[in-house]
Amino acid sequence: MSAPILELKELDVFYGPIQALKKVSMHINEGETVSLIGANGAGKSTLLMSIFGQPRAASGQILYRGTDITRKSPHFIASNGIAQSPEGRRVFPDMTVEENLMMGTIPIGDKHASEDMQRMYELFPRLKERRSQRAMTMSGGEQQMLAIARALMSRPKLLLLDEPSLGLAPIVVKQIFATLRELAQSGMTIFLVEQNANHALKLSDRAYVMVNGEIRMTGTGQELLVNEDVRNAYLGGH
Amino acid sequence: MDGIFLQQLVNGLTLGSVYGLIAIGYTMVYGIIGMINFAHGEVYMISAYLAAISLALLAYFGVESFPLLMLGTLLFTVVVTGVYGFTIERIAYKPLRNSTRLAPLISAIGISLILQNYAQISQGARQQGVPTLLEGALRVEVGSGFVQLTYTKIFILIAAFAGMALLTYVIKYTKLGRMCRATQQDRKMASILGINTDRVISYVFVIGAVMAALAGVLITMNYGTFDFYAGFIIGIKAFTAAVLGGIGSLPGAMLGGIILGISESLFAGLINSDYKDVFSFSLLVLILIFRPQGLLGRPLVAKV
Repeated sequence: MSAPILELKELDVFYGPIQALKKVSMHINEGETVSLIGANGAGKSTLLMSIFGQPRAASGQILYRGTDITRKSPHFIASNGIAQSPEGRRVFPDMTVEENLMMGTIPIGDKHASEDMQRMYELFPRLKERRSQRAMTMSGGEQQMLAIARALMSRPKLLLLDEPSLGLAPIVVKQIFATLRELAQSGMTIFLVEQNANHALKLSDRAYVMVNGEIRMTGTGQELLVNEDVRNAYLGGH
Repeated sequence: MDGIFLQQLVNGLTLGSVYGLIAIGYTMVYGIIGMINFAHGEVYMISAYLAAISLALLAYFGVESFPLLMLGTLLFTVVVTGVYGFTIERIAYKPLRNSTRLAPLISAIGISLILQNYAQISQGARQQGVPTLLEGALRVEVGSGFVQLTYTKIFILIAAFAGMALLTYVIKYTKLGRMCRATQQDRKMASILGINTDRVISYVFVIGAVMAALAGVLITMNYGTFDFYAGFIIGIKAFTAAVLGGIGSLPGAMLGGIILGISESLFAGLINSDYKDVFSFSLLVLILIFRPQGLLGRPLVAKV
């Protein structure tokens, strides 16, 4: 594999007096699918947001394609090829599906917009049916698809996904992971944060396990799937 | 009676369309950073002075045709007032972006006082005036009376509605409009998508100032006189209009302005003109008690 596209070095992040991330080091190589699993509140979402500087790291370094982006503004980071489908989806509630997708094109301009939108509608046919509906009136699954599609509209070099399965019916979770597998096979670099460890590990080349803001374990998806501790803690023993 | 009623309706519509223009500045700024820009009335006041200065300058250079005068004055006033809006935000509000909610409010009151004193010192405390630019009126017979529509009022109505229509188009259908709405609905997400939200907030202040400038030119045309204190009462009226329509809602600000203007004119014409301001502010109190989210606003939902 090639050089890492994203590298975190000894990252410390605080929320007020509480330390949310402790000396987190990890990397993602170009073309890889990497997941971060861990319990609710372990600091997974904080890690994703701190890549965008929200909140800023107190110490440590974030390198993106070799450049230090630790102190850069969120819009600078987005403009350089990192896109995120964040925790809670955060689609714009008062905008239509199409308008939400257009918001994804800000970093690259709208010259590919209609072509990319067609591609999103092929990836998520449900969005096509809902194209002129306001996002707030859609189901959680549809909003999740919209959040992922919106992130893809910027043709990112690195896609960050936060809990795409949260609160969704098992059938919808299956659909979304099938789409993610397609994306991964097309060469997209994906960094996935999930509580649903089973789905995440099966999809991933490599994975990290986070406990209380620290990376406790790392390995390939297959290794972690059969690991005794991981099975007991995150896979419900099955 | 018919005549008076219709006349006041027309007067109210004219006044209300201008309230609506100013209310836009309150509502958009509130929508995007959740603060009431108490200096907005003073931005309107400054634009009235700019309009008079521009008219005087154009007259000095021998421009006499109405369209040229109007175009020149609008252009000059809108651009310079826009610069005021931008500068005020940069100096007084942006540095306070991450402090308490109260800090920018106090800063706004400070800016409002500074602008009033600045106008008073630089332009004098006495009333200023501009000559009537458009003479003549349309008279329409209605039953036993008549309704008089001065050309100035007709022009104001057309210009105000054109301004609102243009802004509605920009907000609904352009990239700038989408960026404003996205920043309003979820600022953090907007920045993660690559939007420079500080810049969008600046744009919103400029848009508000531009609309106030249009109102400044139009009202100055209609009344002919103003002073350094002119921004206070009309600012509070426009704020009332924004609350009436639902603060944060763009169509709400326009609707609120028109409803306030019409009801105020009808009250003044048919009941008592001395108490028209009392009537307007009683309306504000009633809205705040019975429908705090306004006509087109949504009830506040706490953001997680």
